[in-house]
Formats: sequence, structure tokens, C-alpha cells
Amino acid sequence: MVVKVNMQTSAPTPVVGTHANQAPPAGEPAKITARDVNVYYGANHALKSVSLDIPGKSVTAFIGPSGCGKSTFLRCINRMNDTIPGCRVEGRIGLDGDDIYDPSIDPVSLRARVGMVFQKPNPFPKSIYDNVAYGPRIHGLETSKTGLDDLVEASLKRAGLWGEVHDRLKAPGTGLSGGQQQRLVIARAIAVNPEVILMDEPCSALDPIATARIEELIDDLASQFCIVIVTHSMAQAARVSQQTAFFHLGSLVETGPTGMIFTNPKDGRTQDYITGRTG
Amino acid sequence: MTDAAQHPSAKHLKKRYAAEARFKMYGRLAITIALAFLVILLGRIVLQGYSTFTTNTVSLPVYLDPARIDRADLSGSNYDYLVSLAVLKALGETEDELGTMSEDASALISRDLGFQILDKVKADPGLIGKTITVTGPVKADADLYYKGEIKRSVAEGNRKLNDRQLTWLDRLKKSGRVHGGFNSAFFTHGDSTEPEQAGILGAAVGSAMMLLVTALIAIPVGVMAAIWLEEFAPKNGWTDLIEVNINNLAAVPSIVYGLLGLAVFINWLGAPRGSPLTGGIVLALMALPTMIIATRAALKAVPPSIRDGALAIGASRTQTVFHHVVPLARPGIMTGAILSLSHALGETAPLLMVGMVAFVPGIPSSFIGGATVLPVQVFIWENASERAFAERTAAGIMVLLAFMIVMNATAIILRRRYERRW
Repeated sequence: MVVKVNMQTSAPTPVVGTHANQAPPAGEPAKITARDVNVYYGANHALKSVSLDIPGKSVTAFIGPSGCGKSTFLRCINRMNDTIPGCRVEGRIGLDGDDIYDPSIDPVSLRARVGMVFQKPNPFPKSIYDNVAYGPRIHGLETSKTGLDDLVEASLKRAGLWGEVHDRLKAPGTGLSGGQQQRLVIARAIAVNPEVILMDEPCSALDPIATARIEELIDDLASQFCIVIVTHSMAQAARVSQQTAFFHLGSLVETGPTGMIFTNPKDGRTQDYITGRTG
Repeated sequence: MTDAAQHPSAKHLKKRYAAEARFKMYGRLAITIALAFLVILLGRIVLQGYSTFTTNTVSLPVYLDPARIDRADLSGSNYDYLVSLAVLKALGETEDELGTMSEDASALISRDLGFQILDKVKADPGLIGKTITVTGPVKADADLYYKGEIKRSVAEGNRKLNDRQLTWLDRLKKSGRVHGGFNSAFFTHGDSTEPEQAGILGAAVGSAMMLLVTALIAIPVGVMAAIWLEEFAPKNGWTDLIEVNINNLAAVPSIVYGLLGLAVFINWLGAPRGSPLTGGIVLALMALPTMIIATRAALKAVPPSIRDGALAIGASRTQTVFHHVVPLARPGIMTGAILSLSHALGETAPLLMVGMVAFVPGIPSSFIGGATVLPVQVFIWENASERAFAERTAAGIMVLLAFMIVMNATAIILRRRYERRW
């Protein structure tokens, strides 16, 4: 159940969803464990000593003003920062206990376990079918034609796009609307059956109706994946997430159950941000 | 409205519009000047060259006098003289003691007819003693007279044909033995010292063979170098140095590449002088920097979000580049390749250095044999003393331009077609 009010606005008192904000069952080991993570872009110290536990099968939102390091931290989790020249990551990030920055971990296979959705929908300029089939093909998950067909269908259904595109799978993915493209990209990510899906402001380029569709989808997917979402919309964080982490100037200020962060923040900076006084 | 007129911006408004109008006018003027030059240039070439595409041929019954043909040495006999006699006979004139009549007559008819008779006699010696009809071009000077470019009004001493020859040409025309028609020889022959026999085909084939060599070297090497530099190379001092040098190489005068080819390929490595292979290698070196720059620009134009998307789904770097980036850059790469090849097609200076300036009468058939190419052929004809070569120079330029237009149009079509796909 998603509450569709005040979308895309920084409401001083966000409406908090009923289902979405239940805390995960206590005692379950965290899916992602970050300890003392520091990130430098050349001489710029972008992320300062962040330690954070992210539970599986739930939605964790990263909020904070622009340049606070939330996207930087997100990109550490699938090592996309590796592609940025001059970027250096220190500390330890564990995925189910494995250090993902260990030399024995191949970023290519890590990214099969940790999928990512970007701010701007970026389907490949190929057909809808090929967009979804690309990941399984390169990872060799499905070799038979029928197996691949089934996987594409299942992924599109899970992304809530099958009904709209099942009769034009050969049409270019770039011909879809923005919201459909974003769901296609989500289908592409879940086709390789990752454990974690990272979303970097997935709705910031979409209209309110497409945003609502994506939020519903995130809600559905939360039962199967560990989802981490970076968002500028506090209303969105309040609607879709169970945990929220607030970043400010490269530091993790506060983290906790979403309901707590939005109704009873401990830190003054969080208080100022969510009430719209800063940020 | 009075409010608007009193606004402080109003007094500058007129000035701003005037500046805009002035700027537009400068633009139109520049375009007009450029177009005028283009029209003058092309107009001059076409006006001078179009007459090459028609020619006058003559049909003559030639008596193969057994007394004048040496059966033991068919190739050594003088068939041109037989043709001259046939001309005199057709005109009702007779040879004089000094042979001036036949000499004047032989200046009117191409030696092609004599060669035709030789071929026929060789094929069938039984023809000796009979009269056969041969058809072939008139001499280039006679052709120019028929086309009105040699005028009777010019003083006799100042033209290549005397009054008697002009009268003979008039009478031949009147007798119906001379026909105007399409100059197929120009498109089917190689170069020749006789203008009416000279053709562009040898140079066109030479150009095609040389461009093939250039394409086979420059495209794969250029594309791979660009992909490595753009997608894989570490960004450090060395790659910066390489990049700066590639950009500088693109600006090096082409004759320097010719010198390099001469010194390295011919003198040191012993590559065959004046061959399509050597010329092609030299032009490939010249085309490489442009090829690399164009390919890198095409790769750079692929949005980074596509790379991110592929990497985030777990594609390796190589897969990202070859599954996504290169296919998207392909129209740009192809356009760059064709444009740098058409630039190579028009190149003359470096080819002069590697010996492609020699007179090559045949159609080149080997990559290591001597050959000439279109722009060099134009250069050779331009330097020739015979007047008829002037119009062939212009016609050669027209053929060269046609080649360029075809190549550039191909580039545009390819680009449009692949860009429209998504």
C-alpha cells in the first residue's frame, strides 16, 4: 500500500505509509555491512568514515542535500566508482560477509549480484527483448531460446511492464515513455536475479504518475530484494522505505527506521533538513 | 504601449535589431561569395571539359596493298601510310613525289586505325590484297577543328592544320565518312601520348586499387587505435603525449608523408616504386590521424549512461565497448572513414614523391606494378603540350569530382540510415 500524496515535494511533515515503514524483523543479519568507508575523488574527501548496516528484503532510503555523498556511497556498493578516474575507496563493505573490495572479488561478477538503476532511464538502443535478455546472455544464465524467452517474460512481469509491451518485444526500448523505460531498466536489472538493487534517484526524471508506478513496483520488489534508494524527495523516502539514512557533507548523520527519522529525529541537522530548514 | 516605449530597454532595442540585421547580411554575403566561386570553378571545368565526352570518328575503305606489307614482318609494316593513302583516295587526291600529301593526310587520322589493320592482318593474313573498312577516331587536332576550337580565321601559320587539311576535313565531313559520337575511348583506355587515344580508366583503376590498400590499412588500425585511446588507455602523461601528436600529425603537410614513403618504404624497405601498394601505404599513414580523430569523436558522442548501464549489469569493459559503444558509434566511424578516404583519393603531392607520376599507358592489373591515379593523371595531362589534353584535363577533374561526390554521398546515406534505426 503506497500513499500517493505530496509526491515530489519536500513536505515538512511527510505522510508516512502504514505498510512501508515496518521495521525488518530484528535479529536478522544485515545484507550489506559498511565499516569506516572513506571515498576520495583525487584530493576531495567525498565520504567520511561511513559505517552502516543495510538489511535484506527491505527498502533503505538515503536522503540528504546535494553533494552530501549519498550517491557516492551507493556507487561504492556495486563498485561503479571503479570506473571514475582518480576515485579511491577505503574501508570495508561486506555483502553477506564477503568484502566486495577484496582483490579476489571481480567487480563484473559483483555487479551481477548488485544491480543498479540510474537517475535517467538508460535502456540500450536495442529491442525491449534484447534489453532484458542482455544480462542473462553475458552471464550465461540461460542458453536456450525458450529459457531466455521465459526469463524475459518473467522479468518484465516482475517489473510490471509485460502488459504494456508483450506484443512489441522487438520494438526499440528507447521508444517507450520515460516511466516505461525506467521499468524496462528495472526489468533488465532483475533479469540477472541480483540480491541487491541500487536505485540512484530513479524517479527524478519522471512525472508524478510514472513515479507512483515505480514506487508501487519498489514496494512489490522489496519482498524479494534488498533495495537501496537515493532520493531527493523526502515524501518518497517516507512512502517507500523502511529504513532511512541521512547524509550531510559526506558524513552519515543519522540512520534508523523511516518512521523514527521523520517523526522523531535525534540529530538537529536531520531535524532541520526534514523540516525544510536546510538542504 | 507608452509604458513599453518608456522602458529603459526601448532605446537599445533599435540598435539590437540593427546589429542582428547587419549580421544576417554579412552571412548572406559570405554565402553568396562562396557560391559564386563554386559556380565559376565548376562552370569553367564543365565548359572546358564537356567536349571530351564526344568525339569524331571516320570510316575508311583501306586497300591492303601486298606491295607495301611485309608478310614476314607484319608488325614492321607501315599501316599508317596505307590509311593516309585511303584518305587521299576518298578525297580524290593523289600522292605527290615528296609525300607531302600523305603526310598532311596522316596528321588527320588517328594511328588507332593503323593498329586496327595490324590486328586484323595478324588474325587473318588472307586479307592482304583486299580492301577492308576500318573505323576509328580522327586525330585530336582534326577533332578540335570539327568542334570549332581550331578556327580557319586564325592565320595559317598559327594553327596546327594548314588550309589544305581544313578543306580536306570539310570534304570528309561532307562525304559522310565522319560521324560525331560518344567518346567511349576516354572511359575505356589508359593514358596515351595521342590525346584522342588517352583515357581515364587506367587512372580510375589505379585510384581504386590504391584506395583499397589505404582502406585495408587505415580503417582497422585507425579504429582500433581510437578505441584503445578512448576506452581503455589510462589517462596519463604518455597518452596525453600520444593524443597531442596524433592531432599534430593530422596537420602535417601531405608531401612530408610522401618523403617518408620515399625514404622508408622505397629506399629502405624496397617497396615497388609507383605502385598502388606503396601509394596506398603512404596515404594510409596520411589518413590515420584523421581516421583516429573521427573515430574518437564518434565514440565520445555515445552517451556515458549507456556505458554505465552496461557496466552496472555486469558487462566487462570489452563487452561494454563492443556490444554497446562501438555499434552506436558506427555511423560516425563510417562517415569518418569515407571522408578520410575521399581526402586520400584527391591527394597528389605524396604520390609524386613515391613515383606514381610516371606515364602508364595500360590499365594497372597488379598492386606492385606501376600505376597512376586520378589526380596525378590530371596533373600529367595539365602539363602535356598537346592542346587537346587541356579539355581532357578538365574532363579528368570531372571524373575525379564524380568519384568524390559518390563517396561523400555514400557517407551521408550510411549516416542517415543508421541514425534513423533507433
